[in-house]
Amino acid sequence: MIAEAGLIALWLAFALALLQLTLVGFGLAGGKQELLGSVRPIAVAQGGLIVIAFALLIALFLRSDMSVLLVVNNSHSMKPWLYKFAGTWGNHEGSMLLWVTVMGVAGAAVALFERALRRDTHMATLGGQAAISLGFYAFLLFASNPFARIDPPAADGQGLNPLLQDPGLAFHPPTLYLGYVGLSVAFSFAIGALLTRRVDAAFARAMRPWVLGAWILLTLGITAGSYWAYYELGWGGWWFWDPVENASLMPWLAATALLHSVTVLATRDALRAWTVMLAVIAFSMSMVGTFLVRSGILTSVHAFAVDPERGTFILVLLGFYIGGALALFGWRVGAVREGAPFELVSRETMLVVNNLLLTVILGLVLIGTLYPLMTEAFGHKVSVGAPYFDRIAGPIALILMLVMAAGPLTRWRRDRLSVVARRLLVPAVIAIFAVALLAWVAWGRIGVLPFFGLVVALAVGAGSIAPLWKRNLRRTPLFTYGMVIAHLGCAVSLAGMACDSAFTVEKLAAVRVGDSVQAGDWTLQFNRISPIAGDNWTALQADLEAVRGGGAPVMLHPQSRFFASAATTTTEAALLTRWNGQLYVVLGQEAEDGRWQLRIWWKPFVTLIWLGGILIALGGALALIGRERRGWQLKWRERAAA
Amino acid sequence: MKAKHQRLILALAALVALVGAALLAASALRDEAAYFYAPADVRTKGVEAGKAIRLGGMVVKGSLKHAPDGVTIHFDVTDGKATVPASFKGIAPDLFREGSGVVAEGAFDRSGTFVATNLLAKHDERYMPRELEGMNYNETTHQMKAEQ
Repeated sequence: MIAEAGLIALWLAFALALLQLTLVGFGLAGGKQELLGSVRPIAVAQGGLIVIAFALLIALFLRSDMSVLLVVNNSHSMKPWLYKFAGTWGNHEGSMLLWVTVMGVAGAAVALFERALRRDTHMATLGGQAAISLGFYAFLLFASNPFARIDPPAADGQGLNPLLQDPGLAFHPPTLYLGYVGLSVAFSFAIGALLTRRVDAAFARAMRPWVLGAWILLTLGITAGSYWAYYELGWGGWWFWDPVENASLMPWLAATALLHSVTVLATRDALRAWTVMLAVIAFSMSMVGTFLVRSGILTSVHAFAVDPERGTFILVLLGFYIGGALALFGWRVGAVREGAPFELVSRETMLVVNNLLLTVILGLVLIGTLYPLMTEAFGHKVSVGAPYFDRIAGPIALILMLVMAAGPLTRWRRDRLSVVARRLLVPAVIAIFAVALLAWVAWGRIGVLPFFGLVVALAVGAGSIAPLWKRNLRRTPLFTYGMVIAHLGCAVSLAGMACDSAFTVEKLAAVRVGDSVQAGDWTLQFNRISPIAGDNWTALQADLEAVRGGGAPVMLHPQSRFFASAATTTTEAALLTRWNGQLYVVLGQEAEDGRWQLRIWWKPFVTLIWLGGILIALGGALALIGRERRGWQLKWRERAAA
Repeated sequence: MKAKHQRLILALAALVALVGAALLAASALRDEAAYFYAPADVRTKGVEAGKAIRLGGMVVKGSLKHAPDGVTIHFDVTDGKATVPASFKGIAPDLFREGSGVVAEGAFDRSGTFVATNLLAKHDERYMPRELEGMNYNETTHQMKAEQ
């Protein structure tokens, strides 16, 4: 019964989305703004129904209902409950249901909490949200039904891909999706504003918290995904330029650009058409990413099913929504009045440069990701890998970081170059000092990109704090702190990346039980190897004792796990985190003479990469809270005055 | 300065940035377009030593040898038309086996041996490196055949 109830909830949500879209159409065509009063509860009910459908699918997984095809194909009754739960979205249908659930919840949130937007634009926005949801509901109902039954029921399931059996599965996909699909709100806002021809500062102030919210979650999702890949794959890398990773990076780049341009629009009423364009691009990138991952044209741990019919379906949806939005933009952009002018030396210009560079990186990543698919269509098999992305994205990202340090030190509207240069004096001195010091210590030993990465990280770190210089710290608004912390986070993350590629010590050895091995400052004693068993796996576990200098020994337990249900082995790296870096140990295979392979890395300050990501998200959260709080304060003051 | 001029300058800057980026991408892609090689491509086109590429094919049965240091392996990669010797120092992926598909990242050394820095094997039984789709290894004859 549960599966049938879920399917009914899905159909009802589909019907409500259709009703929502129709009502909005009548409301806008007839100029009846009071229809917003009926559209809102429908959007909330639609969100509620899709949440129910998703909850029912989770229930099916938790109960290991083997009469449901999806559970049979992707779960196993012997799995720990956490992976039965998280395994709900560890497959194609379940992850698409999560996708529309986020979509529906975002729509309900816009209906419930949005108060600043004009009524007609609000209604049009809810119409846009319904229109996008409809397509993806249809995709689920007609091409990816998660609730399909099989008869007779299977004895047990086939299990989850062992690489996904990790606590990361419970956090990374939902967070990423909240950000990814949360960008649909910005898209719908843009559609709404284009339909009602109201693109102005008030519109930007209404849109900003939604963009910020999605961007924060996207940042956290990408950070979590990077750390997960780092410890689970056992390669010691934290970013592989895998198309699927690019699929999450591209919306982030667009959302970061949007976040800054929407601030220009909200503060200075400039960049009107561009901001709307970026809102369209950001969510379009989310949809392109979904197409890449879910269509089966890529094979990776993220791509669950290879089914050309589904790929075509998503491609049609993609063409329809992106093409429709761009057509609407082309049709209505003439009605968007020119915004406020600004001088060449001003914060506006800095933010335009930020947008330009982010867009250029986005374009280059997009080309690199799609190029192999395009050439394959013409019969050539080509793969574009890390060398391409490092070579093009690295230098531009460094320039972008420098602009990031200068931007907040430049005034809105107009400023003088000499004054900006004086404010940049301290970071510049630090940069020169860093170049000299690094050149003296490590010239020739580290690559060009890590070298400049370290220099830029130090300069930008100093530059990002500079806006607080000589200010009354207690009266500085919270969103200024947010900006400072987010920018500092970028510098921290960059420092981690540069340190990892410049100073990592790697040691590869084959050792006997009782031997010890040296890696950097660490000595590892190989005590023994023993078999252990988990819920649905068995493993060989090494016991290693790690000592640095005269410090206390620490035990490390890298494993090699075997999953019988999928006949797959995974490596479980052992990590030892210290303030100045991480020791990373992987257990390999047994050599013919009884020695065991060990791969050991000492990665100085590698954790800064993810700490930086968390700081960036934290900065975003502070900015969000700061802006919202100021809004409430103003409202209370108005009320008190009245 | 007039607002019109401002816009013009910004538009020109945007244009320069975009054209620059396009040129950058085109030049980088021309290099990278030759990133993936099958052994037959190596023989016909030739790859200079030290150039980072991906080499894809099947591991020839009986070619896998372990070096005395316990962490280096030597093996041959074939696509049925040509065979290339390769070596790898590190922990090979669990699904790296003789007769199984592999994509190796690395470069050729001066002696013509491919020195891999990274091996991508099948993640699980269902996963196949994209570049190897359409290649089939015949278990009995140890020959590669391309699927039509």
